[in-house]
Amino acid sequence: MATKLSPVEGAARQVDYWWTVFKRTWRGGAISSFVAPLFYVVAMGVLLGGFIEGDPSRLEGATSYLDFVVPGLVASHAMQIAVGETTYPVMGGIKWHKTYLAQMATPLSVRDIVNAHLGFVLFRVASACAVFMLVLAPFGVFATWWGAVLAWLAQVLVGICFGCLVMAFSVRLRSEEGFGVLFRLGVVPLTLFSGAFFPIDNLGPALKWVAVVTPLWHGVDLSRMLCLDHVDAGAALVHVAVLAVLTVVGWRLAVTGLEKRLEV
Amino acid sequence: MGQTVIPSPLTPVQAARLLVLRNYITYRSAWKLFLTGFLEPVFYLFSIGVGVGQLVEGFELNGEPISYAAFVAPGMLAASAFNGALMDSTYNVFFKLKYDKLYDQMLATPLTTRDVARGEIAWGLIRGSTYSAAFLLVMAAMGLISSWWAVLALPAAILIAFAFSAVCMGLTTYMKSFQDFDKITLAQLPLFLFSATFFPVTEFGDGALRWLVEATPLYRGVVLCRELTTGELSWASGVSVVYLLLMGLLGLAIVRRRLDLLLLK
Repeated sequence: MATKLSPVEGAARQVDYWWTVFKRTWRGGAISSFVAPLFYVVAMGVLLGGFIEGDPSRLEGATSYLDFVVPGLVASHAMQIAVGETTYPVMGGIKWHKTYLAQMATPLSVRDIVNAHLGFVLFRVASACAVFMLVLAPFGVFATWWGAVLAWLAQVLVGICFGCLVMAFSVRLRSEEGFGVLFRLGVVPLTLFSGAFFPIDNLGPALKWVAVVTPLWHGVDLSRMLCLDHVDAGAALVHVAVLAVLTVVGWRLAVTGLEKRLEV
Repeated sequence: MGQTVIPSPLTPVQAARLLVLRNYITYRSAWKLFLTGFLEPVFYLFSIGVGVGQLVEGFELNGEPISYAAFVAPGMLAASAFNGALMDSTYNVFFKLKYDKLYDQMLATPLTTRDVARGEIAWGLIRGSTYSAAFLLVMAAMGLISSWWAVLALPAAILIAFAFSAVCMGLTTYMKSFQDFDKITLAQLPLFLFSATFFPVTEFGDGALRWLVEATPLYRGVVLCRELTTGELSWASGVSVVYLLLMGLLGLAIVRRRLDLLLLK
């Protein structure tokens, strides 16, 4: 190979490609990434929340169930978008459309391809969560505006962490059947049991520890602390560190996995 | 379309049996997907019913106290029959119709469009009813069933699946691309969340909104299942049964007509 591109140059060369993808697909994502979570906020937060006493000692400091559930819902939403963008589209790049193979025939390296794809995931998560948070602001669920902004950054971190981890999984998968299993045994239980809908203390001591080691719980707790302005600095640092380490590990595994797959 | 009707060598039952067998064989290689399908409603039951349920105080159904898990569980039973039927009769059917051209191949055999419609729906019902039966066993084990009428909750779940399978398969024949599935999601999610699955219909007040909810098919299915597992049957239960039955038969008629139009013209 004649020249190796710098990471910035390599990613920059694919901006037009991903921008085209976005222009062609954003409408489809708009409903699932926006209207759907809003339905959840109204059904769970507002209507079911009417049956739940706003007791801060049982709701991790929140004074209503709506305040409690919203930060967790947005965080798990970030995970779902990231998973959606790094499952079928990744297999498409390798197996169906073979976009990755076409990109490999240019000076781009595997690392550049992974970076650009994850950059797109970052953009999707950041924009979807920003819109979602703005729509939720009139519900009066955020204690401070800066807390909401920091919570948004936490949600973006959740998204990119899951983007890296799931991409590492997807590049090693031979058939799309694995995605169905990932959704049912990974995404659905994580959404339901990572403290988004109820405090993980309610799970009992054994299952609580299972929840504590999942990356989504760290994101949910971080997002909630910031939204409610109940920040425990030590815990927050642990959350950020866990998510950051998993992001780096996931990214590394995604690159090595795709290198093996494309037999560089 | 040909005017002469060639008598089929297969009876409707034999034809449906063949189609079910075909689906069984293709699903055998995807057994993980089959097995995990049962878990989703169970996860919801544990998360919302038990986890969130610990936060819910003094829940009542028709003036009688009921645990929140016992309230949510029959809703999950109905909703999972609904979700399963929707998946099978939209995504899967669309794929077979448009990309695999599977139905074209089937019609080159002695199978008719009616056989295809009945066979596909029969398979969906068999698959769905294994999930529903397993879920009812989980409910029984958790002590969330308070009446012997609950035995009829299985046929009720199958009836829900039948009504939605038939209508959604009919709607799928009108779809042009995968983008159209957004409309399905847009209808599926509010039905799932607002059909008295997670909270009673009284939350909608006494106005038009409540009437609207009570007129939707999934609401009829949810209350039917709830009436059966709690043993609080009423005349409205009969209304739900007739409603869902008519909906399914109407859907089946649409599917037959549309498949004739799409595949035999």
